[in-house]
Amino acid sequence: MSDFDLIIIGAGAAGSHAALEAAKAGAKILMLDEQAEAGGQVWRAKSPSIISAPKTPETIAGDKLRSDLKSNNILHIANARVWQIEKNNDDLWNIGYLNNGQLHNATCKAIIAATGAQERVIPVVGAQLPGVIGLAAATALFKQHLTIPGKQTIVAGCGPLLIFTAYEILRLGGKITAIVSLNSKTDWAKASINMMARPDLLLRGAGWLAKIAAARTPIYWQSTITEIIGDTHIDSVNISRVDANWSSVSQGRKTNIKADSLCMGHGLNPAIEATKLADATHIYTPELGGWHVKTDDFGRTDKVGLFAAGDNAGIYGAGAAPYRGKLAAIAVLQFLKLANAENTDRLVARMKSAAKFGLATTKLTVLRAGMIKNTQQTAIICRCETVSRQQLEIEISSGALSPNAIKSGTRCGMGPCGGRYCSDVVALINQTISGKTRQQIGLATHRPPLRPLPISAIAQNFDYDDLPIPAPAPL
Amino acid sequence: MTKNYDIAIIGGGIMGCATALHLAEAGMSVILLEKDDIGQGASGVNAGTLSLQIKRVKLMPYALKGHHEWQKMGDKVGFVKTGGYTLAFNQREAKLLEERMTLKREAGANIEFVSPQILFENEPNISKKVMAVSYCADDGYANSSLTGQYYRNLLNHSSVDYLEQNQIVKIDHSDKGFSVHTESQQYKAKRLLLACGGWMKQAAALLDVDLPIQARVNTVSVTERSPTLISNVIGHATGLLTMKQKANGSILIGGGWQGTGSPNEGRGKVHAQTLIPNIQLAQYALPALSALRIIRSWTGFEANVPDFYPLAGALGNIANAYILGCVRGGFTIGPYISKLMGDYILGNELELPLFNPNRQFTETGK
Ligand SMILES: Cc1cc2nc3c(=O)[nH]c(=O)nc-3n(C[C@H](O)[C@H](O)[C@H](O)COP(=O)(O)OP(=O)(O)OC[C@H]3O[C@@H](n4cnc5c(N)ncnc54)[C@H](O)[C@@H]3O)c2cc1C
Ligand SMILES: Cc1cc2nc3c(=O)[nH]c(=O)nc-3n(C[C@H](O)[C@H](O)[C@H](O)COP(=O)(O)OP(=O)(O)OC[C@H]3O[C@@H](n4cnc5c(N)ncnc54)[C@H](O)[C@@H]3O)c2cc1C
Repeated sequence: MSDFDLIIIGAGAAGSHAALEAAKAGAKILMLDEQAEAGGQVWRAKSPSIISAPKTPETIAGDKLRSDLKSNNILHIANARVWQIEKNNDDLWNIGYLNNGQLHNATCKAIIAATGAQERVIPVVGAQLPGVIGLAAATALFKQHLTIPGKQTIVAGCGPLLIFTAYEILRLGGKITAIVSLNSKTDWAKASINMMARPDLLLRGAGWLAKIAAARTPIYWQSTITEIIGDTHIDSVNISRVDANWSSVSQGRKTNIKADSLCMGHGLNPAIEATKLADATHIYTPELGGWHVKTDDFGRTDKVGLFAAGDNAGIYGAGAAPYRGKLAAIAVLQFLKLANAENTDRLVARMKSAAKFGLATTKLTVLRAGMIKNTQQTAIICRCETVSRQQLEIEISSGALSPNAIKSGTRCGMGPCGGRYCSDVVALINQTISGKTRQQIGLATHRPPLRPLPISAIAQNFDYDDLPIPAPAPL
Repeated sequence: MTKNYDIAIIGGGIMGCATALHLAEAGMSVILLEKDDIGQGASGVNAGTLSLQIKRVKLMPYALKGHHEWQKMGDKVGFVKTGGYTLAFNQREAKLLEERMTLKREAGANIEFVSPQILFENEPNISKKVMAVSYCADDGYANSSLTGQYYRNLLNHSSVDYLEQNQIVKIDHSDKGFSVHTESQQYKAKRLLLACGGWMKQAAALLDVDLPIQARVNTVSVTERSPTLISNVIGHATGLLTMKQKANGSILIGGGWQGTGSPNEGRGKVHAQTLIPNIQLAQYALPALSALRIIRSWTGFEANVPDFYPLAGALGNIANAYILGCVRGGFTIGPYISKLMGDYILGNELELPLFNPNRQFTETGK
């Protein structure tokens, strides 16, 4: 007997919609999310300390979603961090999670992993200075706390979050010193053709650009940050033009711009720790954000009882995520024999049409081959363990070619983040030396806990005499 | 004509690498084949404890020699001699400690019994519930993560040909020697050494030798960095806890608690049901652990035969085939027993005897 039919990890757009769909057929569902409220990244709830805030389409949709979840009697546990996923002897999944400082355990027949994405930043010298944050991280600041990163902010990187972040900072009363965009105007023009799939969103984007133009914000197209300067905090940045491969072409000439804060991001990576831990097959698709769990349109992975929906199964974007959640829920209901096969053609078609917009925006963030050349030898790649590009290159050149070997030799990825934020960059550096493809390089072994696990939660209320200490080691 | 090596060594853990280097130094032409990476099996993921107090009595002479080797390897493998305490929390454990440590001392380890008071003076953060303690000044640890880097660098500077990401899937032999096959290549050698760690049973099966080998799935965990909480290696009378604080401040917790999975299916899995009591035991010994978080837990495969003694010598009745593995405490003993193995293959006189793989195996419960 399992505690639940279905456990959904992640209550973002994909997870929440999966829950609503599965609840229709009466499945017994538990939805876990480490955030305080459902909504994920896009529909993030405002911090309760903020009483009134201007409504946006996202906050309205998010509030509706949260109320739907409540009225559907879906068991959603917030502030619940999933740290472990195991298959037990009865072929059920065992999910370990942390809530209110305590460890909990729940079993289920099926899992939908809807863990979303995380930001990718390709670092340069100075990227670890205080005052430098990710683009996506900045959007989380605005959405939840309505705060801005500084008084004079530079926004740099690629893709739509660049424009959105700049717009939000202006809207919240901040000042943007410069926007530094890797993408050229032509890139955007090409992308907007596919973005026509969502004229409403395209129009909103145009509105953001109008606001940016009205504020007379300088935009450096086809340019990148080459260095971040400051002693204890960011003071200024150097920027340079890039070629079509995104490699800097400054040849020593520098444009230096003062700033007290920098938001820099280079697209999103699918958050694959959970599905890796559950042993599903993952594939590398640059147009979908890199490594992602392999699924069909219905979120079925190659592991029995494991489904995935949303950006962790490829960055199709916020528009497609609800449909992907619903489709995964339908597949789960069939798997659980709680529903008969129904005609889902229309839903699949809608998902695919919604994905067009997301794919067009993800495409703007696909890293080009020259990008990694801008990262200096002394740039810090692993922030948890302070490992430089040079240290990595020495290790790789000596023959440590796999992610596990590089990690063991340099400590890169051994810190609290578990390599989530640096593994992509390490692989790019590896490619420049080994010439291998990303598929050949592969991924490091994923290990629990998925999030750091407080020992206070593990070692609560136990009796020494009850510890199941096995027979002593042979003498 | 493909090269006919003097010896092909299968497995690039400590055993395979150290033996390869020893044989190459003696002038043999060596090819080493590793299915994953050098030093990423047990040798690269173990708890790194170089503690005489957890070594088996009969293996003590080998462990003492092994210690000497680690000392020579020094900084490159993060070797530190910290001293070590083994703790007992109740009468039963105190008795076990007394029995076991007395025998280990008689076998040559520099182990003494000390009063809990001495422990508390030297390790003020250890639980005051300790009832009996033993101490060994020679105990310490090395950083197993550096095993791969260490041996790869030595191999690069040696005459050994080594190939990573090359799994041996088939072995032919005739009176002329061996032909070992990967999926796409084959290599010829006059001699063969299996040093396949947790995968030894499968490797021996390639030669139609059936050995009663089982693979244990040992668990290790590490905390985030912390100010100094302990300065010695800490153990438990049963051997089911090892704990040390590394130079960077993180605390490594081991003790051989069993995860799940088998060498046939990937890397083995951490099992919450054994991980949790492992950490509880650690926290019981060191209450201040409660302020820290576990950032990673992992497992590795360690092979053993029913008597828990090594397989080290000639394999079955196949001429010029050898096997080295199933060494309990193999991280500590590895660099030394590999030299012995090399000497055996070279026909040199042995400083200490090896362990006949063709013996009758009897169960050792204790
Ligand atoms: C920081 C950030 C900001 C973004 N901002 C925008 C934006 O402004 N506009 C836009 O269109 N797109 C934005 N994106 C992209 C957007 O996240 C996705 O397109 C969309 O949210 C996908 O929905 P999802 O349900 O797949 O994932 P998400 O909405 O990200 O939901 C995933 C959920 O899983 C939870 N989770 C993950 N792991 C665990 C775990 N181990 N235990 C418990 N819970 C877990 C997370 O807390 C999160 O709530 C952003 C992405 C990021 C990373
Ligand atoms: C988690 C854990 C903790 C431990 N803690 C300690 C400790 O604290 N102190 C201590 O002294 N000992 C400890 N040990 C024991 C010690 O780590 C091992 O005894 C020792 O590392 C074994 O070395 P090895 O070379 O025999 O095996 P391994 O290091 O496993 O090497 C075997 C190699 O053979 C390769 N291989 C296998 N089959 C093939 C094939 N068909 N083709 C090609 N290559 C192949 C594998 O990929 C592997 O790299 C621990 C073990 C584990 C697992």
